[in-house]
Amino acid sequence: MRRVALRGLASRKLRSLLTAFAIVLGVAMVSGTFVLTDTIDSGFDTVFSESYEGADAVISPETEFGRQAAGSGGFPASVLEDVEALPSVAEAAGSLRDSARLIGRDGEPLGGSSVSPLALGLDPADEQFSPVRIVDGEWPDGSGQIAIDRRTFDDEGLALGDAISATARGPVQEFEIVGVVELGSLESLGGATISVFDLATAQELFAKEDVVDQIQLAAAEGVSAEALVAEVRGELPATLDVQTAAAQVETESEDTSAGLGFLRYFLLAFAAIALFVGSFVIANTLSITIGQRTRELATVRTLGASRRQVLWSVVLEALVVGVLASIVGILLGVGLALGLNELLAAAGIELPTSGLVLETRTIVVGLVVGIGITLLASIRPALRATRVPPIAAVREGSVLPPSRFARFGLPASLTLTAGAVALLLVGSLGDGLSAAPRLLAIGLGVILLFVGIALVAPRLVRPLASALGWPGTRIAGAAGRLARANAMRNPARTASTASALMIGLALVTLVAILAQGLRSTFVDSVDQLFVADYAVVAEGGFNPLTPEVEEALAQAPGVEAVSGVRSGSGRIAGEDVGVSAVPGNIAETVAIRWDEGSDAVPGALGEDGAFVTREFADERDLELGSPLEIETPTGETLALAVEGIWEEPKGGSPFGQVAVSHEAFDPVFPEPRNDFTFVNVAGGITADAEAGLETALADFPDAKVQTRDEFKDESVASLSRVLNILYVLLALSVVVSLFGLVNTLVLTVFERTRELGMLRAVGMTRRQVRRMIRHESIVTALLGAALGIAIGVFLAALVTQALADEGFSFALPIGSLVVFVLAAILVGVLAAIMPARRAARLNILEALRYE
Amino acid sequence: METSATTPSPAESAANGRPVRVAARDLARRYGEGDNAVDALRGVSLAIEEGQLTAVMGPSGSGKSTLMHLLAGLDRPTEGEVWIDSTEIGTLGDNDLTRLRRRHIGFIFQFFNLLPMLSAEENIVLPLELAGGRTDRAWVDELIDRVGLSDRRDHRPSELSGGQQQRVAIARALASKPTVVFADEPTGNLDSATSGEILELLRTSVDAYGQTTVMVTHDANAAAVADRVLFLADGRIVKEIGRCSPHDVLLALEEVAQA
Ligand SMILES: Nc1ncnc2c1ncn2[C@@H]1O[C@H](COP(=O)(O)OP(=O)(O)OP(=O)(O)O)[C@@H](O)[C@H]1O
Ligand SMILES: [Mg+2]
Repeated sequence: MRRVALRGLASRKLRSLLTAFAIVLGVAMVSGTFVLTDTIDSGFDTVFSESYEGADAVISPETEFGRQAAGSGGFPASVLEDVEALPSVAEAAGSLRDSARLIGRDGEPLGGSSVSPLALGLDPADEQFSPVRIVDGEWPDGSGQIAIDRRTFDDEGLALGDAISATARGPVQEFEIVGVVELGSLESLGGATISVFDLATAQELFAKEDVVDQIQLAAAEGVSAEALVAEVRGELPATLDVQTAAAQVETESEDTSAGLGFLRYFLLAFAAIALFVGSFVIANTLSITIGQRTRELATVRTLGASRRQVLWSVVLEALVVGVLASIVGILLGVGLALGLNELLAAAGIELPTSGLVLETRTIVVGLVVGIGITLLASIRPALRATRVPPIAAVREGSVLPPSRFARFGLPASLTLTAGAVALLLVGSLGDGLSAAPRLLAIGLGVILLFVGIALVAPRLVRPLASALGWPGTRIAGAAGRLARANAMRNPARTASTASALMIGLALVTLVAILAQGLRSTFVDSVDQLFVADYAVVAEGGFNPLTPEVEEALAQAPGVEAVSGVRSGSGRIAGEDVGVSAVPGNIAETVAIRWDEGSDAVPGALGEDGAFVTREFADERDLELGSPLEIETPTGETLALAVEGIWEEPKGGSPFGQVAVSHEAFDPVFPEPRNDFTFVNVAGGITADAEAGLETALADFPDAKVQTRDEFKDESVASLSRVLNILYVLLALSVVVSLFGLVNTLVLTVFERTRELGMLRAVGMTRRQVRRMIRHESIVTALLGAALGIAIGVFLAALVTQALADEGFSFALPIGSLVVFVLAAILVGVLAAIMPARRAARLNILEALRYE
Repeated sequence: METSATTPSPAESAANGRPVRVAARDLARRYGEGDNAVDALRGVSLAIEEGQLTAVMGPSGSGKSTLMHLLAGLDRPTEGEVWIDSTEIGTLGDNDLTRLRRRHIGFIFQFFNLLPMLSAEENIVLPLELAGGRTDRAWVDELIDRVGLSDRRDHRPSELSGGQQQRVAIARALASKPTVVFADEPTGNLDSATSGEILELLRTSVDAYGQTTVMVTHDANAAAVADRVLFLADGRIVKEIGRCSPHDVLLALEEVAQA
């Protein structure tokens, strides 16, 4: 019996191959995700561990907010002298870690906009502590000198001794390149540029006079890192902490690992979708195969095979396919990891990479998932195979007996679908559920909805295919009519083939509708709030702009109002709260809809006034005059009183929940810088005014002047980029269903060989044969699209309803939906190419002889 | 072998004053190559006249089906030529051959070969639809009436008996008023009573519409309704008799088998 299964597999190579493909892609996505994230993870680990190679312990600031990332306020350099004097300290060096943008020869900022450009202030004498190595030239020593990373150096075609501009807090300055550095063994730091200055120059550049961000320590002979930490800790003020270099590496990589974890689960979710679709394809293919092998199975039954043996022969076939597909999938995943990295890079998310990392875990998970899904999908068809009675061997055209449960089929599938909808309703609209059960209900509901609709779908095939096939009968005449009839001929098969495509299209539709809703609420918000002529923001939006930009703008000709909006994160009783700082004239540049208070409020905030959003006020029962205490990252406390309450639009605003004056904000938040700087000019938006602003900003290449429409377009464009990534990832599951469609068509052609011979004999041309298969394929694909889009719209309606408070509105992106339908047609056409060729090439006589 | 340039097309020569619809000269068909080669036909020449029902008989493996396939343009001869009306079909490409089959040839198969998802009537008009021309409704109605399926026209093949299915197939073959209908063992899959009905129907179509028909059969009763019976043995025509009784057919068959 085992031999029968394996022989069968070998004799149905093409079919087995196509079936395997459905799993290969899903597994490739799983292993690709692991390889990619592991690779990035090891890239970061390399950065961190190499950064602290020369150190035994590290001192950095610690506040209520936890250990501070580089680029925060830093701490007094005098700490260095205190610790240097300790007996267990052999050597100590302070350094600055901040970010500075390098400017290219064309005046444009260099480096990707997704990562913050790294800048280091180092003492050349303490080379051993440096995270970077000099590979060419020497360490910068003295103002006016800089060392930059190898990639930028090469890409820009620079030479030692050349000048390069850089900007940090203040205006652009020119430096002489004296050295080229590399960050350990890393090929790229996610596209970020690296610039190195000597400590004094950096302190000046970053406006951190007598401040360092970090102190690295080397232990004296015979002193362990732990002993060193213990001694140093006693000398430090409460705002500083010391830990061993190993612990420091741990802490820093934890942060990035958390981010990577998100990326990993995000990608795995799409892998799961592809695998889910793949399981549909496999179940469908196997059950078609079993239908076609009824005779063969019955014959082995008459020859004495037991039901159990028949069951195992089918499961064994699936197992072999699963194993092979998983192995190929894992290998393909390595390639996919490279592709995904390119995809992320194309979307502006470049990540640090060293060599590809393939861990054992990746292989194990890939195998388990691939084989597991294949086996799971084979159970139903295998059980069906056991129901083939031996008598079928001698009956012409015998069909499988219906399942014992068949008569409960429709009620059961309808109940399942109804249950799924109920779960979705509870999960999305139900009150009083916490996030976890809510997500569980929604996730389970979606999966059950797909399964339920797939089970109900055979009943929908006739009416839907009849309607969807109608255009084909007009276009392709007799071939189109036959195609439509063929699509309706075996509703269960057509339905389950279409269901695979349905899943992908439902999710694509959901995403498109949500994005459309998001976009329109965002645009509404901007339209409402943005009454300034211009906004000045930072290139890439990562590094807020120094207040000097605000000052420079105020000097520009014709400027009537400049409002810099800074932001930071504070805490109220342990809960994070977004704090913004606005100038008194903010009402001139941003239209604030006051619930309590008026446009006069911002001007009268003083050092202890604040205005808050309606939502925030409601959450905390605040009214005018209510006190508000906010802890800031520097460890200080802001004591405020509510002086205004405003209605924040659903699409968001430039402000946090709490807004205070610059005077209140600047002293207690580290490095106050502006996220937005709104500008009004006399005479409104004109080319002259814009040119004037550009001139005023000549020293700040990072700063970008935008009108309201430009601001909107750019924000919408970045949303579209994210949307495109989602589309590409979902396209994977559509590709899987495409393979399913190919598979069904191949099997169908095979099954209808004699019929095709007859059709050719009575006058069907090869072209008509191809058309017939193609149109059948298109009808099936359209069926998937119709079901998928309907489900997608339903899910989107639920989600927008549930998230109405967050500013989601429901809007049908008709254009996108039309594109999806066209894409489905394309899938149908592509899937039909190979099967149609095979059908058209059939030798008429052989086909007629075929049984 | 003579070249076709020096010989007039057999189609142009008329025996008994009837035009020749299908003609073959020196047809040979070899399957395979080298030691395993099988000569299914070894030089068959014949002329099928208009309005005649011709039966082809012979032992199993004698080349009957092969001959029919060659005459119908479903297969190409290794040597020799086939004319349908005045077209020599050896040079036609697949598309032209398909078009020729649409216009000139009707098929009746042993296993009916109807499309299960189409009704009886839809099966009947299928060749007309494939050809894309206008369907002559009156003719189709008459045909359906003639084959006795007026009350079954909307039934699916699975709802029809074997005999009824073959009637549908006959109507399908006649629908395009082809030059010639080829039937390969049309009664091979039916019981004797039903076979009789089907043979009567074929005979009627020849008498009523002058439908030229070629039928391959093992059944002496079937051959007995033919105007002419050709006997094949080992890839050659070895005997030919005119219209006669089943008994005479059996005698002739025995003679052929012994030779
Ligand atoms: N495709 C093929 N390949 C090889 N040999 C073939 C092929 N088709 C037919 N033959 C051989 O050619 C010979 C004639 O076959 P053909 O089918 O014409 O016989 P037949 O007279 O129709 O027989 P039957 O009465 O059994 O249908 C046989 O010996 C057969 O084995
Ligand atoms: Mg035969």
